[in-house]
Amino acid sequence: MESKIKLDCDLPIGEPSVILSAKNIQKFFTDPVSIQVLKNIEFSVNAGEFVSIMGKSGCGKSTLLYILSTMDTQYEGELWLMNKKITGLSGKELSAVRNEHIGFVFQFHYLLPEFSVLDNVKLPGLKLGKLSPEEVEFNAMEKLRMLDVADQATKKATQLSGGQKQRVAIARALINQPAIIMGDEPTGNLDSKNASTVFSIFKDLSRELGTSLLIVTHDPDFASKTDRIIEMADGEIISHR
Amino acid sequence: MNRNVRFAIAKTHLLARKKQSAIAALGVTFGIGTFIILVSFMTGLNGLLDGLILNRTPHIRIYNEVKASENQPIDLHPQYKGGKNMVTSIKPKQELAGIRNAKALMSVVAKDSRVKGVTPQVSARIFYQSGNILLNGNAIGIDVLEEDRLFDFHQYIVGGSPSDLANNDNGIILGAGVAQKFSLHVGDKIQIMSSTGQTYKLKLVGLYQSGLADIDKIQSYVNIKTAQRIAGESGSYFTDISVKLFDIEQSYDLSKEIERSHGINAVDIKTANAQFETGTSVRNLITYAVSITLLIVAGFGIYNILNMVIYEKMNDIAILKATGFSGGDVKRIFIYQALMIGIVGGLLGLLLGLTMSYVISISPFETEALPTVKTFPVNFNGLYYVIGSVFAIVTTFFAGYLPARKASLIDPVDIIRGQ
Ligand SMILES: Nc1ncnc2c1ncn2[C@@H]1O[C@H](COP(=O)(O)OP(=O)(O)O)[C@@H](O)[C@H]1O
Ligand SMILES: [Mg+2]
Repeated sequence: MESKIKLDCDLPIGEPSVILSAKNIQKFFTDPVSIQVLKNIEFSVNAGEFVSIMGKSGCGKSTLLYILSTMDTQYEGELWLMNKKITGLSGKELSAVRNEHIGFVFQFHYLLPEFSVLDNVKLPGLKLGKLSPEEVEFNAMEKLRMLDVADQATKKATQLSGGQKQRVAIARALINQPAIIMGDEPTGNLDSKNASTVFSIFKDLSRELGTSLLIVTHDPDFASKTDRIIEMADGEIISHR
Repeated sequence: MNRNVRFAIAKTHLLARKKQSAIAALGVTFGIGTFIILVSFMTGLNGLLDGLILNRTPHIRIYNEVKASENQPIDLHPQYKGGKNMVTSIKPKQELAGIRNAKALMSVVAKDSRVKGVTPQVSARIFYQSGNILLNGNAIGIDVLEEDRLFDFHQYIVGGSPSDLANNDNGIILGAGVAQKFSLHVGDKIQIMSSTGQTYKLKLVGLYQSGLADIDKIQSYVNIKTAQRIAGESGSYFTDISVKLFDIEQSYDLSKEIERSHGINAVDIKTANAQFETGTSVRNLITYAVSITLLIVAGFGIYNILNMVIYEKMNDIAILKATGFSGGDVKRIFIYQALMIGIVGGLLGLLLGLTMSYVISISPFETEALPTVKTFPVNFNGLYYVIGSVFAIVTTFFAGYLPARKASLIDPVDIIRGQ
């Protein structure tokens, strides 16, 4: 029923395989006047790499992340995910790519308030439809356990604390075992204790599951512990560290 | 698989706002329920009135009208051909009121494959006599059993039965108005006088009530032989022939054929009751207009609640899309919600309609015009329940479609950036 994009990631061993690459991405906003918010963005993320993006407020980090997560299609340049060109796919195909290969964690946790914690985690898995509902539920419980919120599974999402919600959101991002997880200031709304917990979860993911991570953050401590920092200013990448 | 997920999400959305969903569903219930009640009752009533007119009235009535000959002798004269002839004070032809050669005519008409049955009548002018009082009247001689078979004669009978008349050559089924005036009851005797002054004593075996007071004061029924005797005519004298067809729609054509080939008057039911059809179609029109209006109101209810849900659920829609649900998924989630409201509301509406129709159908309804009807007429036709279901689904689908489309077009980036 759904058209599935087959993405190929079998690359020669030894060379790090590129998961995501942005090729000369430009973004203009035309309302109220035409301004360029992203200029010649060119970079890639390898498998298992933990990359952070930093930069002053308003420099275009979120805008870039929306493009990379395939939600925003109004840009110039090319986006490649696992050696497959994403730019130009239909809305339905992009949904499928997002569902299967990209996990997204927002600053404000964004859970569905009417559903239980467990259902929130399950939904993208059920949408993917590759596993039976029982298997999806089993996996969802496993992710919740891994993030130490399994005891909250039957509660409604609104009954959790901020730190718990963010962990559930990460569990949801993980449910389909995506190639890459993107986060837009996922710890920006958390106290330092919860923030460091979330950071160590990300770290474990990249190390143990080989999941790539691309996280926007304002926190220099957080960034300094990642594999690579991309620094932006005025819509441009000014340095890779 | 995917359908189950969408269905589950739609269900959760609806159950999260039970009150609003229930109100929207009740709108549909009310619309469909009213439709069922109205249409069952209206068509029941129509059926009753149809029965009144269509089942009891001859589809074609053959009679011999007393009138002046259309071809006056002067028209036949070669000398006056082509000119305009003026003849004043024409008298009708001197001839019997009866139909000439009626038996032969009847057997010819009865052989026609379109004809269900044919029965003759003999109409005779009489006076009802009570002491010195004479009341003007009309005795109609009928073949009682044929009359009942073809035209439901028993539906007019309020006392006694048609077979009582069939079994009694000196019986009479008296107009209820006459019986009332003379304080007569079934079993009593009544004296009548023919136009030639002959008197007859007849036994009252039943009462006839058409519901039209003017007729019930005048008309009575006797056996054909009795009427022929009263009229002073032979056994081959008939004044009317009533014809019933299998298909009423053919009555006009056949009446014209009979007129042409037998040189006699034949009038079809539609020409005789032209006002009647208009009434039926107006009643049907009102039924459908009211029901559709109610359903449209219900549709607006659904449209409203879904619009509201979608505005409240912008965030959820953005999340669903961000986690991989497509615009089509989102659209279907909201259409499912509309359809669930429609199906639940519609089913309850069918139930409401059935219950109320039943209550109406057992409520007492007595009217002079319909002596044999005791309760309101209700037409329990499954077709209306099918139409009601289709209405419910179609209305809710369209009411849900616009909001659902709007939801499917929501750009998650706009929502997420807005926070
Ligand atoms: N919808 C929009 N229309 C016009 N300008 C926008 C819109 N969204 C964001 N911008 C502008 O684009 C720039 C980058 O915004 P954003 O990506 O949100 O920055 P960051 O996430 O780095 O703080 C800002 O100057 C912002 O004002
Ligand atoms: Mg931002």
